[in-house]
Amino acid sequence: MRELRIHGRGGQGSVTAAELIAVAAFESGVYSQAFPAFGVERRGAPVQAFVRFSDGRVRLRSQIYEPDYVIVQDSSLIRNGGVFDGMKEGGIAIINTEKPPSDIEAPAGVKVITIDATSLALEVLGVPITNTTLMGAFAAATGEIRMDALEKALRERFRADLADKNVTAARRAFEMVGGAA
Amino acid sequence: MLKITEGSYAVAEAVKLCRPQVIAAYPITPQTHIVEALAEMVANCEIDGEYITVESEFSALSACLGASAAGSRAYSATTSQGLALMFEVCFNMAGLRLPMVMTIANRALGAPLSIWNDHQDTISLRDSGWFQLYAEDNQEATDLHFIAYKVSEDHNVLLPGMVCFDGFILSHTYEPVDMPVQEEVDGYLPPFTPYHRLDAGDPISMGMYATPEYYMEFRYQIQQAMEQAGKTLVAAGKEFSEHFGRDYGSLVEGYRLDGADTALIAMGSVCGTIKDAVDEMRDAGRKVGLLKLRAFRPFPEREIVAALNNVNTVAVLDKNISLGNSGAAGTEVKAALAGSGITVLDYVIGLGGRDVRKRDIARVVDLAEKGEGDMFYGLRTEVL
Repeated sequence: MRELRIHGRGGQGSVTAAELIAVAAFESGVYSQAFPAFGVERRGAPVQAFVRFSDGRVRLRSQIYEPDYVIVQDSSLIRNGGVFDGMKEGGIAIINTEKPPSDIEAPAGVKVITIDATSLALEVLGVPITNTTLMGAFAAATGEIRMDALEKALRERFRADLADKNVTAARRAFEMVGGAA
Repeated sequence: MLKITEGSYAVAEAVKLCRPQVIAAYPITPQTHIVEALAEMVANCEIDGEYITVESEFSALSACLGASAAGSRAYSATTSQGLALMFEVCFNMAGLRLPMVMTIANRALGAPLSIWNDHQDTISLRDSGWFQLYAEDNQEATDLHFIAYKVSEDHNVLLPGMVCFDGFILSHTYEPVDMPVQEEVDGYLPPFTPYHRLDAGDPISMGMYATPEYYMEFRYQIQQAMEQAGKTLVAAGKEFSEHFGRDYGSLVEGYRLDGADTALIAMGSVCGTIKDAVDEMRDAGRKVGLLKLRAFRPFPEREIVAALNNVNTVAVLDKNISLGNSGAAGTEVKAALAGSGITVLDYVIGLGGRDVRKRDIARVVDLAEKGEGDMFYGLRTEVL
């Protein structure tokens, strides 16, 4: 079983990201489970959401403390947000920042991938909502979900015009991170 | 067909397949996506029924009471303070012997205010005359609705039932669920045939006075109906497995109890975490198993005694506290196993959304094997 923890702030769509990654993973042929860490939701507050990937039914219900992967939607969370807490050796961190990976202070053994998802989202979607962009980056970086499965999940969730834009954002990120279609 | 969906939507889909005729709900916090989805299904004519938006949970259940009395298959969903507000109507529905099914996305009761999961809401209604089923995952939550309607409407039972699934931990979780199709459900769950109903053309009275000469006999008959509900649940669960291939033919479910010295007992989604923890402990050579309680009312005393025949120690995990005594399941399991020589210890755990991890399960087993229990597990030290 592999585990993903998504760190973001209220309003950035972290819960939606977890759900859509789980849907895309299921479409890609694995059992998946997605759930939020519910707080008293308010815009801007730190939030977490979780996804598990497994070859069989996922029975475990606790939150994720030792992730294989993290997605960080807001780099201001790196300082005090505990985004790398418990990360497994060989884990992959996908971080929304304009900085290069070498500028990110991550624990040894964690592979850091950075992408300026905010600029890409502003360019493609016109709003700084980075969740779909980071899903594309996640697909490319980890191979847990196929890009076509992600596209299907996005098209099921969003109405046509919004879906087109979000698929474009996800695809651009997928290609930037070096995913092979 | 296996599809991935949120727990609340899976339950809404299951309710739709049960062909409800009247749905009444209070559509604001503490509500889930269940009734939001059902409202949409009624508006889209996917459900041939009435959707009544009411001004409180008291009214929601009162509307369902009236609908059931008039001979309709009724449904509602709520949780936490909403269920607390239904308290009076819950007792009335059971006393009037009116069938219906209500989903509870289990959550804590205030104060202090908490929106998170535990079982205090439904446990506080254990004496109301509703049968109570607890789901481990969203597949079980889905399936228990078909079974619950069948049992509730059985003329030998005629009691309302609650399908309980953990708020947030299941209600807001996306996971794959094998959703039956309408023809399959129709082949299992026949239309509601009321035993008696309010009909202006053939008038009867319901809810009459019972003087001291008669009241106890009514209560006795409700108790008998609850005992019958246990048998009907088993029969309906077995029939379900013949139709759908998933087995619910027992009020309890044992997991790796063969050769176990220590058994954990729990209800709801924490059973999934416990199964993973049991596997790890078994791999490490520890003789541990789980007995999951699927039904809490009627209480499966005989099944518990039979399943735990060969264990030395039982650790009961309660996501509730009967203040002034201990966890509800712990108290009842102790009574069930009195005189058996088995040590039964109770652990109040996971209240108000406190996360329960595999390592917590292992620590509870450590404590139980040392004979330390009857405690709140995992408290912050500053209150000790």
